[in-house]
Amino acid sequence: MSGAIASGEAAYQAALRQRRRATLLGFALLALCLLASARVSEAYPATLLAGLPRIGEYFSRILPALRWDSLLAGTETEGSLAFWMYRLDSWAWLLLETANMAALATLMGAGAGLLLAFPAARNLGAGTLAYQLSRRLLEAMRTVPEIVFALILVWAFGVGPLAGILAIALHTAGACGKLFAEAIENTGLGAWAGVRSAGGSWAQACRFAVLPQVAPNLLSYALLRFEINLRSASVIGFVGAGGIGEELYKVISFNYYEEISAILLLIILAVCAIDLLSERLRHRVIGALA
Amino acid sequence: MLELKGLTRRFGATTAVDGVELVVPDGQMVGIIGRSGAGKSTLLRMINRLETPSSGRILSGGRDVTALSGRGLREWRRDCAMVFQQFNLVQRLDVLTNVLIGRLAWQRGWRRLMVLLAARFTAEERAMALAALDRFGLAETALQRAETLSGGQQQRVAICRALLQKPRFLLADEPIASLDPRNAQLVMDALRDVNRRDGLTVLVNLHHLDTAREYCDRIVAMQAGRVVFDDAPGALTPERVRAIYGISEQEFAAEAEARRRAAAAPARLAVA
Ligand SMILES: Nc1ncnc2c1ncn2[C@@H]1O[C@H](COP(=O)(O)OP(=O)(O)OP(=O)(O)O)[C@@H](O)[C@H]1O
Ligand SMILES: [Mg+2]
Repeated sequence: MSGAIASGEAAYQAALRQRRRATLLGFALLALCLLASARVSEAYPATLLAGLPRIGEYFSRILPALRWDSLLAGTETEGSLAFWMYRLDSWAWLLLETANMAALATLMGAGAGLLLAFPAARNLGAGTLAYQLSRRLLEAMRTVPEIVFALILVWAFGVGPLAGILAIALHTAGACGKLFAEAIENTGLGAWAGVRSAGGSWAQACRFAVLPQVAPNLLSYALLRFEINLRSASVIGFVGAGGIGEELYKVISFNYYEEISAILLLIILAVCAIDLLSERLRHRVIGALA
Repeated sequence: MLELKGLTRRFGATTAVDGVELVVPDGQMVGIIGRSGAGKSTLLRMINRLETPSSGRILSGGRDVTALSGRGLREWRRDCAMVFQQFNLVQRLDVLTNVLIGRLAWQRGWRRLMVLLAARFTAEERAMALAALDRFGLAETALQRAETLSGGQQQRVAICRALLQKPRFLLADEPIASLDPRNAQLVMDALRDVNRRDGLTVLVNLHHLDTAREYCDRIVAMQAGRVVFDDAPGALTPERVRAIYGISEQEFAAEAEARRRAAAAPARLAVA
């Protein structure tokens, strides 16, 4: 009896040592990889130290020169809030356009992603060709960055929000489609067999047996994607694809320091507001539909 | 008339259904019994073509339906409705829409598109569904989600869905195996009613020999994929049961009861 205990304990200790060795080896390898990649990408600590103060310097430059005594004065007085935000009307309009771009792109992208998610879900047996095609297409749309799509589309459709919307929609379709397909793969196939056994077609089974079961999940993903797309839409204008990003790019390249901070502040405020709203909406959707 | 000729299904090394020969005249209520793994489910699923036969043929009124595909297959499935042990309703859809799923295979042309895009069925179809629900005392639940119903109610909704297909056959795969005795009786009564009043041919997989004797015109016993008994209920005496399965009728019933509990437990968890 005690012999069994002793040998069991010995085996346990040996297994423990083995595991510890493996963990240590793993960490050592990780550290080595980190060092090597830092070296290759020239991320030296010295460069980091030299550059840090310059970030602070940039921020102090773009900060507005506000003065307490004239803070609430009109647009004409230097040092007032109104002077800092003197183009608030056109910036607000651009922000609205940006949010609009994000909303449209999310709607279009999630819609396309939904259509592709059904053939891309392994458990629905769409046939090898449809499965492979939809999977590869989703992959392609997901891996190409939005800014690359935007560059191509600006070249094709000209400068303006249309290019930005399409670029974000393409990327969204890829990202949402994959998540949607995974949500579909996680649903049981009982209802599917029910619809198919009644003579329902593949499309009808997708519509009636799968969609109602996954809808709350998909809606919540799409809303999350809307928050992400709002951030994308704010910078995609850098390449001429519409929204507030175009304005931001202009003031950055002309070094209109105070306007940079004004626009950045507005973007941050807008993103925060929409984040909060959309998060509450998302929770309500989940609560109402689940 | 439904004819099975040498119907066989293999899964790798196991032969789930092994050369089954069966002729079922119209309007009969046939009980298929057998212990776990005997091939009862596979047999019914093959008739509906949810499972593809490895060999053998299925004939309905002399017409071969073994190799149908596309629309022909969907129309055959419409003609032989299925009811499952786990009900297989769409849990998050309301009861009415679940029943209307039985109409999917009937849609043609632009109506088919309307149904696919907007789930819009005609007023007649809704009336059919409500009448079917009312027949089994479920009219009040029409707008509830399927998941809010008890197992017995869900199974009767599944029978309503089957009826809306206007089928000739009803294949029921252990329809009462997850239900308590009272609900089991309600569901079996519903199946008998469908057989007697609507004239459907019913094939029902059962675990309880008593239930099979009480409700069916004919009993088919399966063992290891083969039909080992096919006769009137009266001929299935306790001695025959022992001769076929090597266990007494009590042991057979105990086995069935254990499986019912095992099947019902997860369902209760899902509700809690
Ligand atoms: N999809 C499958 N893949 C592999 N083997 C399967 C499959 N379906 C069924 N089988 C096997 O075929 C045999 C018959 O299964 P089937 O489900 O038809 O039996 P059953 O009589 O319905 O049993 P139960 O009473 O447990 O439902 C079993 O040995 C089972 O393991
Ligand atoms: Mg079975």
